[in-house]
This record gives sequence, structure tokens and C-alpha cells, in this order.
Amino acid sequence: MSERPLSVIDAFARRHRLHPLELLPWALAVGTYFIFPDYLALGAQILAMTLFGLSADLVLGYAGIVTLGHAAFFGVGAYTAGYLAAHGVGAPIVGLLAAVVVAGAVGLISGFIILRTQGLSILMLTLVVCVMLQEAANKMTSITGGADGLQGMQVEPVLGIFRFDIFGHTAFWYCLAILFIGWIVARTLVHSPFGRSLTGIRENVMRMHAIGSPVTRRLLTIYTISAAMAGAAGAVIAETTGLVALNVLSVDLSGTILVMIILGGVGRLYGAFVGVPLYMIAQDRFSQIDPVYWYFWIGLLLVVVVVFARGGVLGLIDSLIHRVRRWR
Amino acid sequence: MNTPISPAGLALETRGLCKSFGALMVANDIDFRLARGARHALIGPNGAGKTSFVNLVTGALESSSGRIILEGEDVTSLSQAQRVKRGLARTFQINQLFRGLNVLENVTLAVGERHGVAGKLFRPAGSRRPIIEEAYALLEQLGIAEEALRPVREVAYGRQRLVEIAVALGLQPKVLLLDEPAAGVPSSESGTIIEVIERLPSDLALLIIEHDMDLVFRLARRITVLVQGTILIEGTPQEIASDAQVREVYLGERAHS
Repeated sequence: MSERPLSVIDAFARRHRLHPLELLPWALAVGTYFIFPDYLALGAQILAMTLFGLSADLVLGYAGIVTLGHAAFFGVGAYTAGYLAAHGVGAPIVGLLAAVVVAGAVGLISGFIILRTQGLSILMLTLVVCVMLQEAANKMTSITGGADGLQGMQVEPVLGIFRFDIFGHTAFWYCLAILFIGWIVARTLVHSPFGRSLTGIRENVMRMHAIGSPVTRRLLTIYTISAAMAGAAGAVIAETTGLVALNVLSVDLSGTILVMIILGGVGRLYGAFVGVPLYMIAQDRFSQIDPVYWYFWIGLLLVVVVVFARGGVLGLIDSLIHRVRRWR
Repeated sequence: MNTPISPAGLALETRGLCKSFGALMVANDIDFRLARGARHALIGPNGAGKTSFVNLVTGALESSSGRIILEGEDVTSLSQAQRVKRGLARTFQINQLFRGLNVLENVTLAVGERHGVAGKLFRPAGSRRPIIEEAYALLEQLGIAEEALRPVREVAYGRQRLVEIAVALGLQPKVLLLDEPAAGVPSSESGTIIEVIERLPSDLALLIIEHDMDLVFRLARRITVLVQGTILIEGTPQEIASDAQVREVYLGERAHS
């Protein structure tokens, strides 16, 4: 065989290799622990929400399923871990695994119904699932504590060794470890043939049908995995804050997580790693500078991104690099 | 389910195929036969139901009644994906490609589906060399290998039409339905597409839906004329060209437009 096809095929395979920049978020996270020891509680929340954002990106960015109800799975995970911790099962890893299973099951069942439809119907049905679950949680006060929130969580030390402290040391490392596992799962998935076929579905579902792809089954698979991951994020938040209230199941939260990943850039795996910290740090800063109108500044930030950087922050960086390369 | 016995040598057959949208009959009792290795054209004026026929055969549209038999097997109740697995592939009149992905990956997706690896959750897609090499060989066969790593949306339209065919060939079909393969391509470039089609394996049954009469008369050994969802006539190119009815409904209309 000539030399050319080999090099083309090599270039094609090379795209899956780990780029050094992919390790940057982890270096920054570890650096944050030492540089900003006063912000570990916020840092832990950001890490957990990044996992939630990552799960939403799998569904929205890769599979192209527009969802306004992803908090359903986050919330189910949070309540599962919270309920267990309030009823004598306080080991964080056990709560986390239970949350993954329950949220995944809710994803599988709701996805089975939702993913038969398309476009706006999907959007509405995801919204409906989320609202229904929130209302159910509101009514089932004996299990969820209703509007008062879940009472009496007793979260034990991680692995029986690392006790959650008020400064957030344990919380930070716990969240970082779980996010890291979630990232490995997500990265493996999006580079796998399955992940590429999801991109195919997003790019042109009609053609995927025409090449014999079981489209609905593929979508259901990623929806379930994503739901399980969102459930893990919810569990981690519940365990590290010791609180679960109805807002974890809100449409509001579903929308906010979308805003966060759009801010970072969807369908590129790292959108959540940029968008979530950006949003949450901005929220933290703005709410201190301007406690009344901070939401206005968040809105302005979003408008600027949508108008000037359609692909989010990462999209903007991409096009800048592209432009610099053309200049040279 | 009674599996009808199809006469030997038929790749595809429809029996009494009907489809209506309300009062509109897009397929009216179509009995159609496509021989193995056929070079068969389906022609007809705009709105005759040619593309609907393709959609019915592939399963993108559900038929109202009638049967579709692929390689002797009744596939009427099978899904689109199941029909593809049994050797039925199509191309589209308007490109239906993965525009953001590069040319090689467009074909790789199809080859991967055929090999049953497209649903695998582990190991990067790029490490599956035999799949990629097979896809690349197809690009070479069609003369578009130098475009392999370019995103489809940046490739010239005429060459995108070849990618369209390459994706279908990645499925290694027994029956290939080409929906206006040269649509939207300037006549100076349509020669390349005709050559590619001429070089396709002789055991592959081809049904070409086409408007371009030059292309039809160059490629087809049999022609079926569809008018208002019904087969008007079927015959050799000579028979079709000399048929008075065809001239009236089809060629006549062309002369006016």
C-alpha cells in the first residue's frame, strides 16, 4: 500500500488521543485547592455541577436531544442519596451508587416514552417529566419532607475515613474524584463508535436511519447513561451540603444547567468545565457586588456570549486560534 | 407469515404496493420487479411518486397495502434498519450527509453499522482500522480519497454527490436505489458520476431514479415509467423512447418546460 492512505488513517485515529490540554482542568482544580482554601465549599459545588453539566452535554451536545428537564435525574439522585442518609444508610459511596441506579432507571423509563417523539414534543415531554417529579416530591412529604426539604441526613465519612468538614476539604476531593470518574466515562463514550454514531444522529438522523442505525435504541442508551450521571451529581451535592429541597427537581435548574454549558460550548465535552465554573463564579461575585440585580449581569453575560460567541467560550477560542493560524 | 417464493433472479419486487395521503395516491397498485444485477431506471414527471416509491421500498414510509419482497424475503413489516441489514441501500436526491464530519468518517459510520460495531461503547472509533481502511478504499474507488479528512460541508457539491454514493456503498448492498444521483450537479461534472455508476459491481442491482435523460439512456438497460403513482409502461430504452404515450406524458412535458 502507498504511504498516503496510512497517514490519512493515522490522522483519523490520532483525534482520539489524549491532548495535554485535556489535563488542564484537573491541574486547575488541584491548584485551586491550595491557592483558594477559603473557597473549597464553592469549589466542591462547582465540581459537582460540572458533572451535571457534563451529563447534560452528552444528551444535548452529542445526541442533539433538546431537554428542559434534566434536573429530573439530578433531583432523583439527590433525593435517593438524601433519603438513604436520613434512614441510616449514610455511607456516601453507597448513596451515590444507589442514586446512579435509581436516576438511570428513571432515565430509561422516561426515555423509553420520550425518545419516540421528535423536536418540540421531546422538549415538552422532558419538561413534563421534570414538573411531574417535582410535584410528586412536593406531595410525598413523608418521604421527601415536601416544601420543607429532606430532614435529618446523617452522612458518614467517605470510605469510613474522610469526614465531611465545614471547610469543605473532604467535599472538594470527593467531588473532584467523582467528576474525574464521570469524565473518564464520558470521554470514553464520545470517542467510541457509539459516541460517533450519536454525533451522526445529531448531524443527520434521516441518514442514520438509511444506513441501518437503530436510532431510538442509541438515543435511549445515552439518555439512560446521562440520567445516571446527572443522578450522581445530585447525590454528590446532597451528600456534601447535607441538604435536599424541591429546587433540585426544578425546571429552573434544568434551564440553568443548559445556560451554563451553552456558555462554555456544547458538544465538545469541555463546555461544562468552562461554562459551569464561569457561571457559578460570576454568580458568586455578582451577588456580592450587586445583591439585588445580580441576575441581570448573568443575563448580560449570556447575551454577550450568544451574540458574539455562538459556540460559547470554547467556540470563541477555537475561532481565534483559527484566525491566528490563517494570519501566519 | 407466509414467505412468498420469488422467481429466481429477482433482487427486489413489489406486489400491489399502495400508499395514499388522504385523497392523494402516491403509489397505486405498483407491481415492480428488479432483477439481480439490474441497471434499471425509474422515470416520470415531477410528482409522479418516484421518491415516495423509494421511501416505501426502504421503509421510510409505511405502505397502506401491498408487499415488498427483498431477495425472496417479505420485508413489508420490517423496519428501515432491518431492511438495510438485508442488503437494501439508498442515496438521496438532496444530499443527506453528516455535514460537520469529515468525508472519511461519513463513510466509516456506514461501514461500522454494517459490521455491527457502531453501537460499541469502548475503544475509540479511530482504533478500528479494518473499518476505516475499508471506508478509505471506497473513497479511492470513487476518486475522492484526497478529500478524506475535509469536513463534508467544505467539499464541492459535485464531490459531495460522490460521498452520498460512497456512504451507501459502505453498506455493501445487494440492491441500491439511487435517487437522482446527478441532481444539482453541472452537466460538465455529471460525467464523473455516470462513470462511477458504470463501474459499480455487476451483481449489484441498481434502480436509478432520474430526470436527466442522457444519464438514463447511458446507464439503464430497462426503464419503468411512473405517472401519478401508477406504472405506465416498462421496457427497454428503445421501447420507451419510441412509445407514443411516454412521449405525450413525459417527454412532451419536458419539451414544454
